[in-house]
Amino acid sequence: MTALLDLKLVFVTGKGGVGKTTVASAMALLATLQGKRVLICEVDAKGDVAGFYEAPPTVFKEREVLPGLFAMTMDTEASLREYLKLQLRIPVVGRIGPLAKAFDFVATAAPGVREILTVGKLCYEVRERNYDLVVVDAPASGHIVGQLAAPQAINNLVKVGLIRTQTDWMLDILSDPTLTGLVAVCTPEEMPVTETIELADRVRKETTVKLSAVVVNRVLPELFGRQEEEVFDVLGSAEALGRLNELVGADAGPVLDAARLAVTMRRTRSTHLDRLRLSIGGATPMLYLPYLFTRSHGLRTTRQVAASLGEELGY
Amino acid sequence: MAGRRGRPARDAGATRLPSASHVPAAGSGSMDGLLATKEIVVACGPGGVGKTTTAAAAAVMAAVRHGSKVLVLTVDPAKRLADALGLDGIGNTEHRVPDEAFRAAGVKPRGQLWAAMLDTKESWDALIRHHAPDEQTRGEILANPLYQNISGRFIQSHDYIAMERLYEIHSESDYDLIVVDTPPTRNALDFLDAPQRMADFFSSRLLRWLIVPYRSRLVNVATKPFYQIADRILGTEFLADISEFFILFQSMYDGFVERSESVGRLLSDRRTTFVVVSTLEAVPLREAEFFAEQLTARRLHLGAIVLNKVLPDYLRGAGGASVAESMKERAGDLAAQLSPTLAKVDPVLGDTDQIARVLTEVADSYLNFQVVALREMEERSSLSVVPDVLATVPFFETDIFDLAGLVRLGEQIWD
Repeated sequence: MTALLDLKLVFVTGKGGVGKTTVASAMALLATLQGKRVLICEVDAKGDVAGFYEAPPTVFKEREVLPGLFAMTMDTEASLREYLKLQLRIPVVGRIGPLAKAFDFVATAAPGVREILTVGKLCYEVRERNYDLVVVDAPASGHIVGQLAAPQAINNLVKVGLIRTQTDWMLDILSDPTLTGLVAVCTPEEMPVTETIELADRVRKETTVKLSAVVVNRVLPELFGRQEEEVFDVLGSAEALGRLNELVGADAGPVLDAARLAVTMRRTRSTHLDRLRLSIGGATPMLYLPYLFTRSHGLRTTRQVAASLGEELGY
Repeated sequence: MAGRRGRPARDAGATRLPSASHVPAAGSGSMDGLLATKEIVVACGPGGVGKTTTAAAAAVMAAVRHGSKVLVLTVDPAKRLADALGLDGIGNTEHRVPDEAFRAAGVKPRGQLWAAMLDTKESWDALIRHHAPDEQTRGEILANPLYQNISGRFIQSHDYIAMERLYEIHSESDYDLIVVDTPPTRNALDFLDAPQRMADFFSSRLLRWLIVPYRSRLVNVATKPFYQIADRILGTEFLADISEFFILFQSMYDGFVERSESVGRLLSDRRTTFVVVSTLEAVPLREAEFFAEQLTARRLHLGAIVLNKVLPDYLRGAGGASVAESMKERAGDLAAQLSPTLAKVDPVLGDTDQIARVLTEVADSYLNFQVVALREMEERSSLSVVPDVLATVPFFETDIFDLAGLVRLGEQIWD
């Protein structure tokens, strides 16, 4: 199996709030640090990627945000314009207002038409070998399948026409597990785990893309070994805590409470993690990223996540 | 459930606030007052913040505390939450949560709690059945592959149908309060725009453009270039498929447009309020804030902001930090002195190295969580929008998956 960073096109997805953009940004940074020329593309245009590199807002035209690392935001109208010009050799001068509107319309009626422009642009970058790796901060897990299945859907709906001739080469790239992969990000919580399991199933059944890895984000550290946990429990007893309070000259209760919270949180989460492992762990590599106790987000955090990801991948 | 009974007289037992003209100072309102005065509560916000659970908890509390008939309309509940609400396998149909379930959770509801899940496909089909002029059109639309695409996969259709269902239930049933969860959207505002977009979609001139040549086979000079390009890109056959679909739909345009506009009006009605749910993490909070600002800009009623999963207060005390620091620094010394106490329970627990390790871990863990807890407070104090109700819900150590859990969560929002 091709190592994750040796793929050419990686879609990163996950339920909202699990750190999908964090992982995508860190993965792109890690590949850059390995000496690769990398493009990160944000599809769910919220403009978060820029924040993770502390760079100016990203636009459709890719910009170098760090040496060797380029960032862009998907824009379907701009993509349509580029597509018409490059692929179909239909020059579009000035605004394509009416055509874009008409296109919007058709795209609304037939899902897949809009998605194909996104997927098409990304596959194009891969085909032209403009980058060593293209990382996609893809739509959330509820929407990614539609996106990845778009070329197939178009193939079924559109029998002739120029679009039809375009989908074949895209499918070739998407279906090749040595070129394209999907990474699902989740946290060890009930809904994210459930959604990841469902996603793995749908990706297998409805798309030709391979699920390359599941990244489990925000894994809490294990505080104690078994006997240490017993020590901790006894420390919380009235007598031991009273003694500890006496020794430190203040109430140590909150400090113990915090550790108890951490232990319970970890325990609840590990049951969800077990469920995930049981369901997909055998077939798909799982990578674990620690919960970050940091002050804020930004390049520093992205570097930390990239480092953890690097360790998990054996760099 | 479907009888048109109009608005029922308000129940006598419920707590009521003075009229809506009374404007309380920022942050001074209560969830109790909000849920007692509004008929529709729309829970919205970024993904992964506990929106569905919060909506359910608010509905549970309204049923428990007020003598109201409450419906919670959820979109994609966790399996165990769906079970708790008795929604397993029920889907679109409204279903009453039995009083026994409340008794098992240790509460006695004054009102009634009903629950339903939103099934997008089923709701679309119902809508078509409602608007279709005749049996044949109905059958043809339901069987059309493009329709199946729209109703099943078209993302924006989830947004629209959630609001449409809300409208239908509100106008056709007798609930005092409907709490609706919103689907996960790419953009939190999508569902607000959905009714308008749907109206635009069906009343658009472009739509008629697309249809004309396949009806009359006449293309005028102005539109010819458009068809040439469209033909070249999409192929004639596909364009014909699209046209056929829209021709079928044409008979329903007026109904759709009218209905979409009614749905839009309902959302901006005074009886409707929005509750923005978030956590205190930077990214979701910014998104929630943006959403709250947009609500205000659109003159929609921002009723409350609920901040979920907030770390406990004891993590922020200055005293705790200095205790933790001293536990780390003096771990060896403290361990030696604590050893006899622990050894009394079990001699193996008296090992001083082990005790020192535990003390260090415990202290580190406190200091780690304190960083996050302080960051959360910083985020909270920098909130740019402060609604009447700002509720903070502490982090629960375990998942919420039953009625008792919802009550526990609800009490936090309430008080």
